[in-house]
Amino acid sequence: MRKAAAALFLREWRIARRIGGGAAIGLVFFLILVTLIPFAIGPDLRLLGRIGPAVLWIAGLLATLLGVDRLFQSDDEDGSLDLLVHGRLPLELVVLVKCAAHWLASALPLVVASPLFGLMLALDGKALGLVAASLAVGTPALTLIGAIGASLTVSLRRGGLLLAVVALPLTIPVLIFGVAAASAASGGAAPFAPPFLALCALTLAAIAGAPFAAAWALRLARD
Amino acid sequence: MRLRADHIAIERGGRRLFSDLSFELQSGQALAVRGPNGAGKTSLLRAVAGLLPLAEGALSVEGGDDEAPLGEEAHYLGHADALKSALTARENLEFWAAMLAPGGMIGGKAPMGVPAALDRVGLHHAIDFPVHALSAGQKRRVALARLMVAARPLWLLDEPLTALDRAAQERLGEIMRDHLQAGGLIVAATHAPLDLEISRELRLEAAP
Repeated sequence: MRKAAAALFLREWRIARRIGGGAAIGLVFFLILVTLIPFAIGPDLRLLGRIGPAVLWIAGLLATLLGVDRLFQSDDEDGSLDLLVHGRLPLELVVLVKCAAHWLASALPLVVASPLFGLMLALDGKALGLVAASLAVGTPALTLIGAIGASLTVSLRRGGLLLAVVALPLTIPVLIFGVAAASAASGGAAPFAPPFLALCALTLAAIAGAPFAAAWALRLARD
Repeated sequence: MRLRADHIAIERGGRRLFSDLSFELQSGQALAVRGPNGAGKTSLLRAVAGLLPLAEGALSVEGGDDEAPLGEEAHYLGHADALKSALTARENLEFWAAMLAPGGMIGGKAPMGVPAALDRVGLHHAIDFPVHALSAGQKRRVALARLMVAARPLWLLDEPLTALDRAAQERLGEIMRDHLQAGGLIVAATHAPLDLEISRELRLEAAP
């Protein structure tokens, strides 16, 4: 079973890294969103510094959901999903491994790049690291919630839009604690630890629950 | 090993495709499913693979691994080839070998290696080509090689001859005969005559 999981991870990783895999698009999309905000708001550094963490989080949220819609859809179209259902790996683990590969290929670069983008939003040095930390523990939950949406919309054309409608409301708790932690890091009055720990808890809960929900939806879509 | 279908019925979109269908298949036997378009050939194969629920009746397998559901003893070759176009033929097959192979060996037969399986379908030279660079018939042959890299006793083939040239059809006939000789079972839905001694034939009529 471990061999099957490793093979699946390697396959997902290779597909994401090759041409058309879309791993880099999320990062570019993130960059564009973060660049647009100062143009829209104007060069008020104090204001930018105050809303900067929230901007990074919104951009991270949208960029994470951007690539998730193809997570199961491409496997459905080429018939792979039919075979994965009867592979050696339970479908729940298939979902978890696919999410892990997707997160590493498309969300982790975003976390690593976020301090750089934070500079463009006039965040101070200490806040840069802590915002990146909050994104690092929060984005896995976003990917997994996106996976639930992706499995519900797997057989629909134009499923990407529906995915956003289904998944975005579910990401609100993650967004609340993520922005709370990030704002506390950039000089807010509230402490950093409580929202950060709540964010960790949300991600752990998503790891425990989302694979079952997504696998259930995928099985329903089989017939 | 014996596959038995007991008065099964399948519905698609509220329409009964067929009902009261029974057949039995033993090790070393091939069943050809024939019938006009829309008669339910694909649905029957998908039901045997466990991808479609039965409306009535039961499917059972005797003499296989008791723990594994029927779907995990079967290779399903559908209309789609289940290949990732960005990956090479080798990468695709290595993945499916790891993913589909049962924990132990079935019938003492070890699965074939990826190069040997591609050689068998006449595509050894294309082993490191990305799949999107292959023709439809070549993709179909890579998909057929998948049947050999993981040993599963029951082969469910949906129009296996699609896009294959004459030589490849003969190779497929050889591969299927070998599989039957090793004690495997084949259920194939096809319009074209198979290059194979068919033990049983099942004719589905178009539903009214």
